[in-house]
Amino acid sequence: MKLDSKIPEGPLAQKWTEHKNHLKLVAPNNRPKIDIIVVGTGLAGASAAASLGEMGYNVKAFCFQDSPRRAHSIAAQGGINAAKNYQNDGDSTYRLFYDTIKGGDYRAREANVHRLAEVSGNIIDQCVAQGVPFAREYGGTLDNRSFGGVQVKRTFYAAGQTGQQLLLGAYSALSRQIGLGRVKMYNRHEMLDLVKVDGKARGIIARNLITGEIERHSAHAVVIASGGYGNVYFLSTNAMGSNVTASWKIHKQGAHFANPCYVQIHPTCIPVHGTNQSKLTLMSESLRNSGRIWVPKKKEDAEAIRAGKLKPTQIAEEDRDYYLERRYPAFGNLVPRDVASRAAKERCDAGFGIENNATGEGVYLDFSSEIKNKGKEVAYAHGNHNPSEEEIIKLGKQWIEEKYGNLFQMYQKITDENPYETPMKIYPAVHYTMGGVWVDYNLQSSIPGCFVAGEANFSDHGANRLGASALMQGLADGYFVLPYTISNYLAEEIRTGKISTDLPEFLEAEKRVKDQIGKFLNNNGSRSVDHFHKELGNIMWNKVGMARNEQGLKEAIDQIAKLREEFHKDVYVPGSADELNPELEKAFRVADFLELGQLMAMDALQRKESCGGHFRDEYQDAEGETLRDDEHFSFVGAWEYKGEDINQEQLHKEELKYEFIKIAARNYK
Amino acid sequence: MASKSININLKVWRQKNAKANGAMETYKLDDVSTDSSFLEMLDQLNEQLVTEKKEPVAFDHDCREGICGMCSLFINGRAHGPETGITTCQLHMRSFKDGDTIYIEPWRSKAFPVVKDLVVDRSAFDRIQQAGGFVSVNTSGNTIDANSIPVPKQDADKAFEAAACIGCGACVATCKNGSAMLFVGAKVSQYALLPQGQVEATDRVMNMVRQMDEEGFGNCTNTGACEIECPKGISLENIARMNREFLKASTK
Repeated sequence: MKLDSKIPEGPLAQKWTEHKNHLKLVAPNNRPKIDIIVVGTGLAGASAAASLGEMGYNVKAFCFQDSPRRAHSIAAQGGINAAKNYQNDGDSTYRLFYDTIKGGDYRAREANVHRLAEVSGNIIDQCVAQGVPFAREYGGTLDNRSFGGVQVKRTFYAAGQTGQQLLLGAYSALSRQIGLGRVKMYNRHEMLDLVKVDGKARGIIARNLITGEIERHSAHAVVIASGGYGNVYFLSTNAMGSNVTASWKIHKQGAHFANPCYVQIHPTCIPVHGTNQSKLTLMSESLRNSGRIWVPKKKEDAEAIRAGKLKPTQIAEEDRDYYLERRYPAFGNLVPRDVASRAAKERCDAGFGIENNATGEGVYLDFSSEIKNKGKEVAYAHGNHNPSEEEIIKLGKQWIEEKYGNLFQMYQKITDENPYETPMKIYPAVHYTMGGVWVDYNLQSSIPGCFVAGEANFSDHGANRLGASALMQGLADGYFVLPYTISNYLAEEIRTGKISTDLPEFLEAEKRVKDQIGKFLNNNGSRSVDHFHKELGNIMWNKVGMARNEQGLKEAIDQIAKLREEFHKDVYVPGSADELNPELEKAFRVADFLELGQLMAMDALQRKESCGGHFRDEYQDAEGETLRDDEHFSFVGAWEYKGEDINQEQLHKEELKYEFIKIAARNYK
Repeated sequence: MASKSININLKVWRQKNAKANGAMETYKLDDVSTDSSFLEMLDQLNEQLVTEKKEPVAFDHDCREGICGMCSLFINGRAHGPETGITTCQLHMRSFKDGDTIYIEPWRSKAFPVVKDLVVDRSAFDRIQQAGGFVSVNTSGNTIDANSIPVPKQDADKAFEAAACIGCGACVATCKNGSAMLFVGAKVSQYALLPQGQVEATDRVMNMVRQMDEEGFGNCTNTGACEIECPKGISLENIARMNREFLKASTK
């Protein structure tokens, strides 16, 4: 099957407008005849469900949480980008487009990214109209800040809780539609299979997580907006329930899975504390606006710190290695995430890590300079031109508290250390997955009628995601792209009529799910689901993590295949099928992670280059920077499912054409 | 992070489902790292139970970063445990001592029926929001430029502080009346403080309060326990603001 990206012809800046002008429409009186299923109600899903409900379609929305308000989008901290140029610092649609393409290491589609930049400003307008309380200047206008990989201030934010406020905004729009009866919400439901009829997506099989009932739901189109798959690593910044199940089930039904090896490792997370750790916590990237990242210059200092004999505050200024400022003077601490992550790993691998536990991993994020600078600024602003050191520090801490208070508090709760007094310890952790279900320009997967939005698709971030761009993509897809492109597909469906859930395809899919449940519950093995998940996570982090190489990837592929076999033989799932059974839920998810993990390693193995979040040891320059191979690897790698043996999956290549941007080495120096 | 291990005794509420009777069960758990979060301690308990082929304890949790509002738990008689200003996922075992006995119960309120063990049904909150917790703006993108709705910084900050509510339900669980006034007050306040929320202010507060009463939440007697136990420090001021909005709406 040939991949058709359906990118419209014509000049870049007119593609989306022209495309919209020619998309087919569904008349308002015909929309109530059409059913749409939306799986997942984070930023992409909730905004899509709300918008489609608003248009008049019958929408059924599903989430596994007890309320759509809990989707993991809520945890995003730093902000959302938009090319508003409110700060008059040279921002424009083109700049946002350019930064995103470059940030993604030239592995994203130009047309998609330009559309994202085009609608970005409108997202802010929409959210403000909904009552999202963004940060404001004293004059009442919106405030902005800067993020990694960017030299303008285009990030809109609400303290360190931007994701929360945007999600609650989308949730309020969704709630309104639920109240009006246009969206029917299914909380605590999990999609466990896709139903295809005559090759088209026609419904899903879902499990009611409270009663255990297996339900059949039909629709004329299905939207998957179920987020990313970072939890394949067990430890990540993802919520515990984040999983790949919906995406993986449609993959098994024929949707290609693109660039699975592209995983973003976020540089500013709290380091691992020990073996009982269940997940990792991110500290917003916005902290890099004010914090300076360093490790000791001398190895003996690092050793003394790890042994608990020295405190970071005792290291003199000249004995600190501000390695990002040293290596990347133009961007300094604000280099993109993949660059910052690898630089931290490089220092720790070289023996300069500062964490005093078994890992020895960790670098400092230090606010002492900013406290002094801002304290002085504030004192001057108050008319005090001769402030004492004490006053400066007091005012500086107040300034920091206003800007990042909740993040500092969160850090202190977790680590029991006060980041106002001593530098934060940070280390990279798995955060966001740029890979996902392959979609065309209309966000349709290779299954007709099955659309994929937000983190679940692969489309806009290339090999690396810049900060504050995930929220932007989720809302762009849901509010402003899908309403047009789904309607184009549904224009052919107005005469279809209700789709019966008694069709044999529904019965077959239901049987697949019930058989799997039966197998898990009757397996009577000896090991818990978590045991296998942790094993998988170890393999993934060590061999398909921040740096990969051919030998490690080959080993990983074999080890994961073996682990999967063992899992199905030896997993123990307690409880029964007709009740709330979290272990059963996890078993389904881990079964899928075991297959996906293997595919991630295969994808990483075939990509013989380094780009963005994918770093192969064999392909780096003399200074340890990524070495892309544009001649051979300027493509999207989309995998086709070929049955249970993941090794048989077939790779399809969608060539990436750069017509409007000149490809260059990605340089942040 | 000076880590050490402690041994603890747990008294955990076990209840098969909403209709079944529940009871406290006793468990002993050894080698709990003081760096573990409270939920990681429960993971450890569940791993132990699964290994012994017993049913693990069901509890709600998801982001484990204090923001999704999914985790709950009454711990030693307090919502989200002994510390203030945090959710259960942000509570760490360093708050407990070796040999401690810890009581763990679900949120208890008529409007939050128990689903299983420590899991309760908080969908009443969703229904309150569906009754009016929004601005009725079309999701068409045909809105005016964001900066043409200026908002004084002080108002935006206050609206944000109210909007920071995570909907965990600690306020209800800890209130002797099972009142949801802090939750509803926070939502009403967010929109009452912003220009975008003015048009529908009357209907919003009337509808949300009506729905809150229908769900079986109790009334507010200004005890203030909700504010103390709120992990996000949502202030009682929001209840006062809701009452003013309600009075204004009722006398229109």
